[in-house]
Amino acid sequence: MSLSRRDFVKLCTGTVAGMGISQMFHPSVCEAISGSLNGSRPPVLWVQGSGCTGCSVSLLNSVNPHIKDLLLDVISLEYHPTVMAWEGEPAMEHMYKIAEEYKGGFFLAVEGSIPVAADGKYCIIGEAHHKEISMVQAMKDLAPKAAAVLALGTCAAYGGIPAAEGSETGAMSVRDFFAQEGIATPVVNIPGCPPHPDWIVGTVVVALEAIKTHGLAAGLGEVVKLLDSEGRPTPFFGENIHDNCPYLPAFDDDKMCKTLSDKDGCRMEVGCKGPSTMADCYKRKWNNGINWCIDNAVCIGCVEPDFPDGKSPFYEM
Amino acid sequence: MSSCKRVAGATGKTTLHIDPVTRIEGHLKAEVVVEGGKVVDAKLSGGMFRGFETILRGRDPRDSSQIVQRICGVCPTAHATASVMAQDAAMDTKVTTNGRITRNLIFGANYLQSHILHFYHLAAQDFVQGPDSAPFVPRYKNSDLLTDRNKGLAAVNAAAVDQYVEALTVRQVCHEMVAMFGGKMPHVQGIVAGGSSEIPTKERLIEYAARFDLVKKFVIEKYLPVVYLVGSQYKDLFAVGQGHRACIAYGVFPLNDAMTEFMLKPGVYYNGQDHALDPAQIHEDVKYSWFDDSTTGLHYSKGQTKPNPHKEGAYSFVKAPRYNGVACEVGPLARMWIENPPLSPIGQKALKEHFGLDAKRFRDLGEDAAFSLMGRHVARAEETWYMLDFIESWLKEVKPGEETYVKPEIPDTGVGTGFTEAPRGSLLHFLSIKDKKIDNYQIVSATLWNCNPRDDKGQRGPVEEALIGIPVPDIENPVNVARLIRAFDP
Repeated sequence: MSLSRRDFVKLCTGTVAGMGISQMFHPSVCEAISGSLNGSRPPVLWVQGSGCTGCSVSLLNSVNPHIKDLLLDVISLEYHPTVMAWEGEPAMEHMYKIAEEYKGGFFLAVEGSIPVAADGKYCIIGEAHHKEISMVQAMKDLAPKAAAVLALGTCAAYGGIPAAEGSETGAMSVRDFFAQEGIATPVVNIPGCPPHPDWIVGTVVVALEAIKTHGLAAGLGEVVKLLDSEGRPTPFFGENIHDNCPYLPAFDDDKMCKTLSDKDGCRMEVGCKGPSTMADCYKRKWNNGINWCIDNAVCIGCVEPDFPDGKSPFYEM
Repeated sequence: MSSCKRVAGATGKTTLHIDPVTRIEGHLKAEVVVEGGKVVDAKLSGGMFRGFETILRGRDPRDSSQIVQRICGVCPTAHATASVMAQDAAMDTKVTTNGRITRNLIFGANYLQSHILHFYHLAAQDFVQGPDSAPFVPRYKNSDLLTDRNKGLAAVNAAAVDQYVEALTVRQVCHEMVAMFGGKMPHVQGIVAGGSSEIPTKERLIEYAARFDLVKKFVIEKYLPVVYLVGSQYKDLFAVGQGHRACIAYGVFPLNDAMTEFMLKPGVYYNGQDHALDPAQIHEDVKYSWFDDSTTGLHYSKGQTKPNPHKEGAYSFVKAPRYNGVACEVGPLARMWIENPPLSPIGQKALKEHFGLDAKRFRDLGEDAAFSLMGRHVARAEETWYMLDFIESWLKEVKPGEETYVKPEIPDTGVGTGFTEAPRGSLLHFLSIKDKKIDNYQIVSATLWNCNPRDDKGQRGPVEEALIGIPVPDIENPVNVARLIRAFDP
């Protein structure tokens, strides 16, 4: 089956929570996209910089396709510090080998930001060829060889908490690091602290589908067309939370909730950052459609480039 | 292919570097010296510094629980819990009974998730051979996995692999339980200063209970039995990795509003004796850590975080906490040893069958077997079983519709410490407020307790010490080294 951009946008934005994504990632889609990059499951190298592994844990919550199918049928996860069997120097050297073997034909997933201060010493990710490899060095070595980079989570996309005021590590986003180093590999930002698994899987699936249909360069071009000025795929980050919030009618009636446990009224006066946040959490919900931040307490704007400093204080009351 | 960096010395000693230690949270390197087929020295190096403590300074105190959760995507609820407890103390807020229980329900579901994730998705590949495709290959060629140990165990191996896949779903379900009262997971909104932001409804509690039943069934029918089954094939791993035989626990899951009774009680154990927990005895050394020497030996309430990344002689970004000078390990083993609860019927039966051990309570395992590589997996599984009844009791105790939140008032000045237990071990957050802003924030996490380098006196950290004596018969395949480290859930 083929999935056009229009279908993708429609499926992401036009359906009710819990339905659209599961239809979109029907097993036949997984099957259709396998073989889209280089005749087999596309290799993915996943590196972690200054982060908390929360993006990886969030991806494990992918429901449809189930994370098992994603790992065994959709991609070939050749390096991932938290799930792979291998360890030590051979694991790092395997990663470098794959990057060379599939030059221009693998995805580099980056979780966490890149701390550049102190010669990269604030984040050492392992050893290869008898040398300590910093996150800075790994990015310089791997990123130019990747077909595209997925900057997963707000740390990788915009710097996030490791780059917040008070930080001493020089942590920066993938995009800023690339600008500094003159690396031209296309970057797709999938922010969020953490990103919703649908945002990660959805972007990967649509990218593979586009590459399969149009070839690598033109396919990635199609993906880039989906991005907003902050580098985020608009199907997931194209709409404002407040404008679509189920509590909007309460806001319009000037009915405000009084405390964090008060479910009656708009959350704005207790600190909700929905009005300055672009994401589809309001309909997608989290953890298999169970709940979301605003229904629970407040939105803290975790998908935005100015998180956390521009969203602080999170609570105002 | 060489497994690790090898530096053969003239004395018959070989130094191995395992970097990265994988299937953990964070960046960790192990350097071990092997002589005569055993580890004779070890150094653990934490390779990442983000600086949460300096980032928090000057912020609204209530923001801290959101920011500190981002220390760890596996156990954000633990950091949130420690942080709100510190805030409650500093802001002199009395949490309602329903708020306390709702926090327990959120945090408890994360415990279940974390323990299942640890055994199946982080540790199991140390014992069981997965499918022959990435990310399950490459792996050690001479791995000493179940299939190698005894060809007759292929069926056991296959069953464990099936459970790996099933556990992926079970841990998702645990996260659904967290999200029910926590908004989402990872990184919850629902654990806030003053209590918890979502008042449980009857409907939500029924949904939570339905999911809990599924998880409970998995723990009793799959997780607990498979840990003992795997353990029975690795009896040698009950005899290694004892370390300092010292442990500490702060107490977790408060059972009363005065916070004096817990599901798992606080305490300290060293030199073969039990001691009451006295927080005044907790200090942090930094001689071998990449922090300024002027900050060494400080009590956590006076703690400072001044990185010095090129400090000569240092080898880790982890500070070295000590209790009265003792390097204590933390985690399920520490909690189970200190609480000494009854063992599960499954455990009692398996211990009798496989080890001829008549064990009714945890300490009946004996110090040697409990403080061992495999003993730590048993402790985690038994703890998971032990908490099932408590979660059921909180489900009965929680009052649908009753207030869970008290609005805190930020004082001009205030001081508070939050003591709790992350699934992986003891966690404290210290907060001081000045001019209604955070003046100092200090975190002593489980990784600090377990994975620290040498202290100012040159004493090894708990994991470093536990590595001593670990068998490495084949230096090309030092599978037991990371097995030991992962048993701590670093």
